[in-house]
Amino acid sequence: MKKILNDPSTVVTDALRGLALAHPELLRVSTDPAVVTRVEPTPPGAVAVVSGGGSGHEPLHSGFVGPGMLAAACPGPVFTSPTPDQVVAAVREVEAGGGALLVVKNYTGDVLNFETAAELLEAEGVEVRTVVVDDDVAVTDSSFTAGRRGVGGTVLVEKIVGAAAARGDSLDRCAEIAGRVNSQVRSMGLALSPCVVPHVGRPSFELGEDEIEIGIGIHGEPGRERIPLEPADGLVRRLLEPVLDDLPFASGDEVLLFTNSMGGTPPLELYLAHGIAERLLAERGIRVRRSLVGPYVTSLEMRGISVSVLRLDDELTALWDAPVRTTALNWGS
Amino acid sequence: MGCGVDEVVAAFHRVAEVITAHRDELVDLDRAIGDGDHGENLTRGFTAVRASLDEGEHGSPAEVLKLVASTLISTVGGAAGPLYGTALLRAAKAVPDRVELGPEDVAAALAAALEGVVARGRAEAGDKTMVDALVPAVAAAERAVGDGGDTRAVLAAASAAAETGARETAPLVARKGRASYLGERSAGHLDPGARSTALVLGAFASPGPSPSRTPGKECEG
Repeated sequence: MKKILNDPSTVVTDALRGLALAHPELLRVSTDPAVVTRVEPTPPGAVAVVSGGGSGHEPLHSGFVGPGMLAAACPGPVFTSPTPDQVVAAVREVEAGGGALLVVKNYTGDVLNFETAAELLEAEGVEVRTVVVDDDVAVTDSSFTAGRRGVGGTVLVEKIVGAAAARGDSLDRCAEIAGRVNSQVRSMGLALSPCVVPHVGRPSFELGEDEIEIGIGIHGEPGRERIPLEPADGLVRRLLEPVLDDLPFASGDEVLLFTNSMGGTPPLELYLAHGIAERLLAERGIRVRRSLVGPYVTSLEMRGISVSVLRLDDELTALWDAPVRTTALNWGS
Repeated sequence: MGCGVDEVVAAFHRVAEVITAHRDELVDLDRAIGDGDHGENLTRGFTAVRASLDEGEHGSPAEVLKLVASTLISTVGGAAGPLYGTALLRAAKAVPDRVELGPEDVAAALAAALEGVVARGRAEAGDKTMVDALVPAVAAAERAVGDGGDTRAVLAAASAAAETGARETAPLVARKGRASYLGERSAGHLDPGARSTALVLGAFASPGPSPSRTPGKECEG
């Protein structure tokens, strides 16, 4: 294992310290328990959108804390969900009478910890709604598994519901919008190489020089099948077809196309893939109205990509365009 | 005679030692069908448990169980934190004001723990989870009580049954938790949660490290 770190057991808090020092105007970091909060206070009566999950997916979620997006994020250990006390501490700090919307990726650990936190907060009299993001079409057998995983679509949910909270929407309305984004987005990813979790020290799975893994999650867990590497046209088609067939997306749809790097894929390859995806969408009569390209939901240093497609309506488009100021997404403000 | 507060504290120290000693094994089991964090998370959690047990006095076995539960919930993360935490909270509720845990109390605590895990995790027997170690453990504990076994015998029966239950998760296809995404590929591996459950019960049933063994620090008949 070759990594820039001192001690695997302090990697998350060490990185949070750097994050706090780099962006003092935007966010505040406490490490016991680990919570990243927005410097700008939640306006009285507004909804506080709070998310969190294992570390190793940066900029998700800490990089999305700021005006127009998250009020707070709870980073867990690498690839491990945060604990309920983190979520409770985060909500206590940013909730301002309008209640809290928790954005949770559908993994057993995340769901159980946020569920426990929600019970504790409700017992304190805080109004809480939860939206569970499950956009990964690689999980087909969802009735015999823990269900579809939350992957790339999480960023789109957090941006759009963050904008809804910023314009003063109620907690119920925010929950409805977040649920709508989740119901209209589908994603799938592939890996060219695995990642190495610092405290494990070895690759999360083995891949031959000419093999790729299709349908990976974002925790270095193996995917659905292993196939020989092929040209980019074929790879992007393998991701996009299950995504489009699932919702299903139809000719005439207007969408947001999000091409995501799993951490180790260079922008050159990422834009190449994005161009192919947009062409494949055009072939089906689907118009890309908005785009997002970059490393936003990563798996440490994994080489690979995921593609997410969100069906837009006018309200979702306007909320996507609304101003946002975070370390990872920043426009209009 | 049964299991008093000091014995329960000593048992959790043994659990911490056993989990720490098996950290790498649990990491490897979880790496095969999950994401490799189970050994690390439980070691972190039980290390914190030892520290919180060392702070101050404890009034009853139920209080110890509650303290261990809340420590695990706030330090383990993953699915294991809330599942172990809920299990121990429910166990504490099943034996609220006992000064000593007798054979029936141990069986009742185990049954309550199982109920808690099922309610929180929504898993059933055969889903390849910690439920597959707990279900046979509860049944064996109840049988041992019926046979007139003492506390020690009930714990030993539960531990042996959990061990077998954990071993029998190997051929199962996971239907809950992160391993479920692998489908058929999850077969052929032990479930790490069932394995750690068997380790915890094993440490509870074991007499503890022999050199420093002091009377009254193990559950007696």
